[in-house]
Amino acid sequence: MRRAGSWATGIAAVAVSAVVFLVPFVFIFLTASKDASSASRLEFSLPEDWAFVENLSEVLATRDGIVVRAFVNSTVLTVVSVAIMVILAAMVGYLLQRRQSRLNPVVNFFVLAGLIVPPAVVPTIWVLQGIGLFKTMPGLILVEATFGLSFCILLFRAFVATIPRELDEAAVIDGAGPLRLFFAVILPLLRPVIITIVVVQAVNVFNDFTNPLYFLPGDENATVQLTLYNFQSQMVSQFNLLFMDILLITVPPLVMYIFFNRQIVAGMTSGAVKG
Amino acid sequence: MSATTEVRAAGRRRTTARTSLTQRATYPSWFYLPAGVLYLIFFAVPTFASFWFSLTRWTLFDTEFIGLENYIQFFSEPQLSRGFVNTLVYGFVTSGAKVVLGLALAVLLTSQLVGRGYLRSVVFFPVLVSTIGVGITFTALLDPFDGVVNTVLAAFGIEGPGWFTDPSTALLTIAAVDVWKGLGIATLIYIAGIVAIPQEYYEAARVDGAGRWQQFRSITLPLVQPATATVIILSLIGGLRSFDLIWATTGGGPGFTSDVIASVIYKQYQAGFYGLSTAGNVILFLVVTAIMVPLSMLLNRKEVER
Repeated sequence: MRRAGSWATGIAAVAVSAVVFLVPFVFIFLTASKDASSASRLEFSLPEDWAFVENLSEVLATRDGIVVRAFVNSTVLTVVSVAIMVILAAMVGYLLQRRQSRLNPVVNFFVLAGLIVPPAVVPTIWVLQGIGLFKTMPGLILVEATFGLSFCILLFRAFVATIPRELDEAAVIDGAGPLRLFFAVILPLLRPVIITIVVVQAVNVFNDFTNPLYFLPGDENATVQLTLYNFQSQMVSQFNLLFMDILLITVPPLVMYIFFNRQIVAGMTSGAVKG
Repeated sequence: MSATTEVRAAGRRRTTARTSLTQRATYPSWFYLPAGVLYLIFFAVPTFASFWFSLTRWTLFDTEFIGLENYIQFFSEPQLSRGFVNTLVYGFVTSGAKVVLGLALAVLLTSQLVGRGYLRSVVFFPVLVSTIGVGITFTALLDPFDGVVNTVLAAFGIEGPGWFTDPSTALLTIAAVDVWKGLGIATLIYIAGIVAIPQEYYEAARVDGAGRWQQFRSITLPLVQPATATVIILSLIGGLRSFDLIWATTGGGPGFTSDVIASVIYKQYQAGFYGLSTAGNVILFLVVTAIMVPLSMLLNRKEVER
């Protein structure tokens, strides 16, 4: 009896979730496979003739391959900013956990403030202009790295607590200086949490729209999200190409998810049990 | 006897002195420096500067002090103050819906259910998709005339609303899409919270004859409180400063009916009113801290009491 009930709920849940969560994705795929005129009808239907490959090559060729350039830009942005974020945040989280000092409450306060306070947009542009980094990729990279620091520091601090201090002491007795100790002993041991952070933050930075919009505006050196946003107004009559672009942009996070499912889940739920 | 104690005490004193010395050498404070410099330049300085610039008429090249005029303008012009109200509505609606639906889904997905793994990944996947992509997709799906949703509703003889194009539904429609996209995180956090509850509690309750609803009310609900706190805090922080989904779907329209503070900031920035835009930023800062600080203290205190 109970078994049958659970089967019924299960099947109902699968059906409802298929409609609510899968239909939008199937719609993206189907629209991306249609020709321009049938895509503009916005119907949820199979394409009369499949134009998937044609649409793909047309999107990639649009405006001398702006999509490809955007992918290169987004990749550079993501890789460099996440790398900076991880190393700097690991140093802070490590020190915060290991050393008892009067500085700690201050640092903790700033970390929490960085998590809660919304960044002040125009003053940031003012600062970037002052140091000549406005509308440049290095500027955007540093901004993205800074905005991600707080979250990473919290995860690192929690994880460093699980590494026994005896390891540090042994390394010091063996003559390791602070840099050797951190980079050769501690950092390799942080691998699990580093993978989590890299995956979560890479998806965040890759999908970020607001910061590139403010700090790296323009059409030429845009990121993928900005290109997609600009396409929305440029391709009003070409929904097939617009949705092909959405599909392309969805692939990297999807690949991340397939390979790092467990780490993403760990990163997103950290703090859920302890609060 | 007393001599040995003294020697030992002296030895201990020396050890503590030595550890604090080696502590300083092993864990040098300059490890804070690189992150601190970035934080200072790109976060702290702009945040503090925003208080000053919000009191000025500002063109990036020169500033003119005008006192609280930007703030007065913000709250007296309906197209600006509407953003203030909408931010609160949007933040609380999305976060409330994520708490209720996330908990319900998590309870469902931690029970013995067919297709559990499939359901978990399906619910989570929208979290990873580009917000702009989601916005464009739902603009198409919810098109008032040709959209899939209204076509289906029409087949059942229901006339669907205008969704993004109707001033009375635009904001709530965006909120609903936001919930669709972010529900996966809330559900995951709740699943982690529920899994951490010891099974013995449920067994004991069953022995005492508690039904499913009673078990949920008196075991699950109070014991997932830390997860609830995390979900509320995360979704409020995200919801109150939400910008990209609104910008990709309605752009604050129709008119300014779905504007929030973050979209007002962008519009004023585009129009060149940098001082006004920065005042919006300070207001957003005050709203977020005024809500988050007492709320997180309250949520954490409850936890300690238990």
